Amino acid sequence: MKTQANIHKETPLQRFWSEFCESRIAVGALFILIVIVVLATLAPWITPQNPYDLAQVDVLDGKLPPGSEAFTGYTMWLGSDGAGRDLYSAILYGIRISLTVGLAAGVIALIIGTVIGLVAAYAGGRVDAFIMRAVDIQLSFPAVLIALVLVAILGRGIDKIIIALVAAQWAYYARTVRATALVESAREYVEAARCLALSNTRIVFRHVLPNCLAPLIVIGTVQTASAIALESTLSFLGVGLRQTEPSLGVLISNGFEYMMSGRYWISFFPGLALLLTIVTINLVGDQLRDVLNPRLKR
Amino acid sequence: MTVISVEGLKTHFLTRAGVVRAVDGVSFSLDRGEVMGLVGESGSGKSVTGFSIIGLVDAPGKIVDGSIFFHGDDLSKLSARQMQALRGSRIAMIFQDPMMTLNPVLRIDTQMIEAIRAHEKVSRKEAWTRARDGLAQVGIPSPEQRLRAYPHQLSGGMRQRVAIAIAFLNNPDLLIADEPTTALDVTIQAQIVHVAQKLCRERGTALIWITHDLAVVAGLADRIAVMYAGRIVEAGDTDDVIDHPRHPYTVGLLGSVPSANQRGQRLTQIPGMTPNMLALPEGCAFRDRCTHSDNQCSKAPQVSTDERGHAIRCFHPQYVKTPA
Amino acid sequence: MTAFIIRRLLQAVLVVFLMSGIVFFGVNVIGDPVDMLISPDADQDEIARTIEALGLDRPIGEQYLYFLKGVATGDFGKSFIFGEPALKLILQHMPATVELALLSLLMAIVFGIPLGLYAGLYPDRKVSKGIVAGSILGFSLPTFWVGLMMIMLFAVILGWLPSTGRGDTAVFLGIESSLWTRDGLSHLFLPALNLALTNISLVIRLTRAGVREAMHQDYIKFARAKGLPESRVISVHLMKNILIPIVTVLGLEFGGLLAFSVVTESIFAWPGMGKLLIDSLLQLDRPVVVAYLMIIVLFFVVINLVVDILYSILDPRVRLRDQGA
Repeated sequence: MKTQANIHKETPLQRFWSEFCESRIAVGALFILIVIVVLATLAPWITPQNPYDLAQVDVLDGKLPPGSEAFTGYTMWLGSDGAGRDLYSAILYGIRISLTVGLAAGVIALIIGTVIGLVAAYAGGRVDAFIMRAVDIQLSFPAVLIALVLVAILGRGIDKIIIALVAAQWAYYARTVRATALVESAREYVEAARCLALSNTRIVFRHVLPNCLAPLIVIGTVQTASAIALESTLSFLGVGLRQTEPSLGVLISNGFEYMMSGRYWISFFPGLALLLTIVTINLVGDQLRDVLNPRLKR
Repeated sequence: MTVISVEGLKTHFLTRAGVVRAVDGVSFSLDRGEVMGLVGESGSGKSVTGFSIIGLVDAPGKIVDGSIFFHGDDLSKLSARQMQALRGSRIAMIFQDPMMTLNPVLRIDTQMIEAIRAHEKVSRKEAWTRARDGLAQVGIPSPEQRLRAYPHQLSGGMRQRVAIAIAFLNNPDLLIADEPTTALDVTIQAQIVHVAQKLCRERGTALIWITHDLAVVAGLADRIAVMYAGRIVEAGDTDDVIDHPRHPYTVGLLGSVPSANQRGQRLTQIPGMTPNMLALPEGCAFRDRCTHSDNQCSKAPQVSTDERGHAIRCFHPQYVKTPA
Repeated sequence: MTAFIIRRLLQAVLVVFLMSGIVFFGVNVIGDPVDMLISPDADQDEIARTIEALGLDRPIGEQYLYFLKGVATGDFGKSFIFGEPALKLILQHMPATVELALLSLLMAIVFGIPLGLYAGLYPDRKVSKGIVAGSILGFSLPTFWVGLMMIMLFAVILGWLPSTGRGDTAVFLGIESSLWTRDGLSHLFLPALNLALTNISLVIRLTRAGVREAMHQDYIKFARAKGLPESRVISVHLMKNILIPIVTVLGLEFGGLLAFSVVTESIFAWPGMGKLLIDSLLQLDRPVVVAYLMIIVLFFVVINLVVDILYSILDPRVRLRDQGA
C-alpha cells in the first residue's frame, strides 16, 4: 500500500520516465540515439571537412583505409570513399539527410493517417467501410512495393521519396487511430462531453485525440525507423535519393562496388551508422510500447 | 477401500509479489465410489487442490509439503512417466468451461481415440468402437455422427458430456470434476450432474466435485468439504454440513443460497470481500469477515472433530439449524 | 464454401482493376505518357507515330480502356532495351525469383518454427532470450545491410560461398532449377537466407507468442489430464492450433518475398524479375516496369485468395461460419 501512495505523488511524466528506465537496454539505446542526433545536427561544425564542398575534397585521398592521413593533414579515422571524401564527415552528413527524410515522412504520414483515421471513426457507415477497405488493401501489399510503384511513377529525389514513404505508411496510423478512437468514443467521459453539448471538433481534438497519443507515439517511432530503412533501401538500389542528396543508403551504395576488392570500410561504416540509428529507435520504441500499453500495466 | 488420501497438502505459488499459499495444509480421503463436494469461493484453492492431485500444477505453483496417496502409493515418489500413465487412466479430470477443454481444431474422434491409445495398445478400430460406446453412455444421440464433428459444432452441454465420456474412457478410479457445470444453463447443469453421478455409481469411481455452489453438491455428494483461503474449514457428511453447519463461513454460504423452504426470508450475505491471498490475516483467515471473531481468533484454530466425523476449524462453532 | 470463393474472387478482380487504374493514371496523368511509353532515343517522327499508334491523342477514358485491353491480353508493349515483349521478359526471369522465394519460405519454416517453439516452451532459459533478441534484430535490420554483411563475411573474408549470380541449373521432374545442382544451391544459399531473415524472425515471434498463449489454454491442460505424452500434446494439440495463424501469415508473406526479392536480387546479382525491375527503373525501360507492377499485383491478389481459402480449410471454425452465411 505504501508504494502505491508513493506512485501517486509522482507526476505522470516522472512515472513514465521511471518506468522507461526499468530497461537498461532501452536507456542505453536512448542515449546512443541522442548522441547520433546531436552529432548529425552539429555535423557542419564538428566534421573536419564538408564532404560536398568540392574545394575541400581531393580525389587523391580516395579509397584510403581507416586511420590514414589526408592530403590536407587531418586523420581520416574511418577512411575515405572513392571520391576522396572523409567517411566520418560523410556519415554525419548522411545521418542528417536520412533522419530528415525519415522524420519528415513519419510526421506527414502521422498527420494524414490520424486525420483519415479520425474521419473514419467519426463518420462511420459507408465512409468508414470505404476507408478501412482501402487501408486493408494497402496493408496487404508490403511497403517496399508501394514505394517502388510511387518511385516508378514519380522518379527520384528527396521530395518524391518522402511522398513515396508517406504513401507506404499512412495506413498504419489510420488503422490505429481509428481503432483507438472507436474505443475511446465509447467511454463515459466522451458521453459526458456530449451531454455538455461540446462541439464534435472539440470532443475529437480535446478529448479523443489526446487518448490516441500513446499508440501514436509507439507507432510513430517504429514507423520512423522503418521509413529510414526503406529510404536507405531505395537509395541503395539507386532509385531513391540522388548522389547530390547523399543519405546513408547512397553512401553504402557507393561503397558496394569496392566491397569485393576488400575495401570494406566504404560501405561498412555508413552501414554501421544506419544500423545503430534504426536499432536504437526500435529499442526505444519497444520500451515505449511496454510502458505506454495499458494492457501490460502492472 | 481408500482410493485417495491427501495429507497436509501445501501447494504454493512463488510469484514476484510474494508467496501465495493457494493450498495450505489440506487433508481428506475418499473411498471407492464415494463422492465428495469440495466447496469454496474462487481463489479458495479448491481447483489447485484438484490439479495437485493429478500433478498438473502450472508454474510458478509447486507442491511444497504434504503427501497424496493413491491406492496407498505416494504420488510424489512417481516418475513423470508413471504419473503420466496414471493421468487419464486411473485419475481423470474434467474442467469448468467445455468450450475451452476440447481442442477446437481436432475432431471428437481424434480426441477420444488418442485418450484410449495413450494408455492401451488397441487398434484404432477398437478404440473407435469404445469411443462411440462412451458417447452413447453419456447420452449423446447418434454418436457415430458426433464422432466426426468438431467441438464448435456441439452445444456447451454436449461438449461437457463429451468431456465426461473422455474421462470415463479408461474406467478411472478417481474423477476430479472442476466446476463442470458452472458455465452451463441450469437445466443442463442437472443433466450433467446426473450423467456424472450415474457413471460413478455404475463403475465405483470416487468423485471429487469442485464447486462454489452448495446447492449443486447437496444432492450429489456423500460428504462435503468447505475450503476457505487454502484450508478446509469444515468437513463432514453432506447432511450434517448442510443441516447443521458449524463454521461461520459455511453458515454464511448456506444463508446466501436461495431455496424453496426459505420463501419470504431474506438471503444473508457474507460481509467483506474474497480474501487477498497475499495479505491474509494472522490466525483464522476468515476472522475479519466473521461476525463472531474475537482476540482468540488471531491464533490459528486447530481442527476439532465430533463423534460423527464432522470436523471444523473454528473457536466459535455455531449451532444453527438450517430450515429443512 | 462456393459462395465464399466467389465473393473473394470478385474482390480480387476489383483490386486488380483498381491497381491497374492507379498504375495507368500514375503513368499517364502524373507522369508524362510520352516519356513513359516511348523510348527516349526516338526522333520526332517516331514520337508522333507512336502517339497516334498508342492512341495518346484520344480522351483519357478511351486510353484507359485501350490499356486494360492490353493488360487483359498480356500486351504491355515492348522493352526499349531488349526489344522484346515486356511480359515475355518478366516470365523469363520469373523462375529464378520463384525458386529464391520458395527456398526462403522453406528456410523460414525450418528455422523459425523450432526456434520459436523452443523460445515459447522455455521462456526463461538464456538460449530463448538469445533467440528473441535475434528475432528483434532480424526485424529491424534492413535486408540490404544484412546482405552486404553476408557477402563480406562468407564471400569476401571466408570465401565459402559465391556472392553473385545464379549457378548451374538442371532439369528434374520437368522443372529447370538451380535447386537440383550443387553449384546452383551454393549460389542460392546466401540470397535465400538473406531474403528469409525477416520471415525467420516473424515465424519465431508468431510461434513463440502462439505457444505461450496456447500453453495456458484449458485444452492443453485437458490433453495432459488425458495422460497424453508431452510430445503429442505439443506436436498435435499445440502445433495444430498455432500453425493456422503461422500458415496464414507465411502465405501472405510469400508475396512479400517476391517483392523484397527486388532488394536481395540486386545485392547478389540474382537474375530474377526483381533485378529486372530495378535495372528497368534505372534504364527508364517503362513498359517492363508497368508490366512488372501489374504482374506482382496479380500475384498478390492470387496469393491472398489462396491463403484465404487455405485458411478456411485449415480452421474448421471459419469453415462453419461460412456455411452459415
